[in-house]
Amino acid sequence: MDFSVLTDNWPQILNGLVLTLKLWLGGTLSGLALGLLLATIQVNSIGVVWHAIRGYSAVFRGVPLLIQLFLLYYGGPSIGFVLSPVAAGLLGLTIYSSAQFVEIFRAGFESVPRGQIEAARISGLNRFQILVHIELPQMLIIIVPSLVNLFVIMTKETAILSVISIPDLTAVLNGIGSTTYAFAETLFALAAFYWILLECVTMAGRVLERRASRYLIR
Amino acid sequence: MSDNTIIKVSNLIKTFGSTTVLNGVSLDFERSQVTCIIGASGSGKSTLLRCMAFLETYEGGRIEIEGQLLGYVENQGIRQRASSSRIAETRRNVGFVFQHFNLWPHMTALENVAKPLWLTAGCSRQEARERGAAALEKVGLADKLSSYPIQLSGGQQQRVAIARTLAKEPHIILFDEPTSALDPEIVGEVLQVMRNLADEGMTMAVVTHEMGFAAHVANRIAFIDQGVIAVEGKPRDVLLNKDNPRLVRFLKNFFDRNNFVAA
Repeated sequence: MDFSVLTDNWPQILNGLVLTLKLWLGGTLSGLALGLLLATIQVNSIGVVWHAIRGYSAVFRGVPLLIQLFLLYYGGPSIGFVLSPVAAGLLGLTIYSSAQFVEIFRAGFESVPRGQIEAARISGLNRFQILVHIELPQMLIIIVPSLVNLFVIMTKETAILSVISIPDLTAVLNGIGSTTYAFAETLFALAAFYWILLECVTMAGRVLERRASRYLIR
Repeated sequence: MSDNTIIKVSNLIKTFGSTTVLNGVSLDFERSQVTCIIGASGSGKSTLLRCMAFLETYEGGRIEIEGQLLGYVENQGIRQRASSSRIAETRRNVGFVFQHFNLWPHMTALENVAKPLWLTAGCSRQEARERGAAALEKVGLADKLSSYPIQLSGGQQQRVAIARTLAKEPHIILFDEPTSALDPEIVGEVLQVMRNLADEGMTMAVVTHEMGFAAHVANRIAFIDQGVIAVEGKPRDVLLNKDNPRLVRFLKNFFDRNNFVAA
């Protein structure tokens, strides 16, 4: 194997790598924010709103990301919704992950004992203060493993962004591979990149888990 | 209504679905008075207390806290649910102590007491910490400020919960079976704290099965049965009551269970 194809094309590879990281973090973090927002609305509402959010999460969790991306990028223009590849990718990742974050946060909200919310209400805390100071810190311990898991899944999902012609790391390395026939080297590098990234995410998750459960240690 | 009435409950009606739990309860809570509310389980005593803090809504009658209608606004005879900020304002001076303490497990004892103060009472963090520490000292936990709830015994946790309530300087504290979740040998430390509060003139409403406390600390006892206040009066009169067969049976049951020495 000859890894000089990688060093020869490093500026291009670096661009792809940065774009992959940007889309991954951007999409997942916006998905997290949107998911939290929707879950907060859902647990505080009944009827139509509750079911609408339930439906949103069911649909976008149920449809594969690949198809969602196709719909956004190739289907969008026919209903007058034109997006650049990167915008479509970012939006796709956001929607797809938010649908799963909603479920995680909703379960988290339901895990906080009612009595603690009552104690907070009678102590004079308002809805927002209860969310920030009582519910979120406590549900964190329960949902951190699921959150980390979803970040890991989203990391891997970014690899398919290249199908809508986003010049991410997968696309760049594939391109180099097909012009130089150095498939093994480029794909090996791609695999190594994803593996290292996932190890980092998992490690960060473990630190977060430890921090969130500090108060459970006698 | 006299100025000394902190909470006035009149003709309170509370239903859960088709079950009527409270069916016209009227009871006034006067300043510095300690009222014990007793009754069989399912009689509605906890529900009454929870309504008085608007942890439960109610369908009929009135609850007034220092003259203000709790939980609702009335406009030309039409009653509507009050905004949550209005509800918070009305019950600002009401403290509540739960059977299961309901401390926030991710906060230390001091944070449990001080955090609501700087979030709601408009005092600085420093001031909140000082007031919180003082409240904890008052319940005998000055050495446990930085302990998390899980590191404390049940009795200590309940005392933290009482300190959290005291810190907001309430005009009345509602205790919902505060010792029922505790091991028998640590019930005493919580009751002692409550007795001290009563001695200092705190207005208290206590739903309890601790007849000793009711007999010795309360100014009056209310026996709630089938959703109404069936008997109300001085502790001695209520505990020696011979007229209400259901109260007699309730007390006999209680004494039989506790009278293990004679048997």
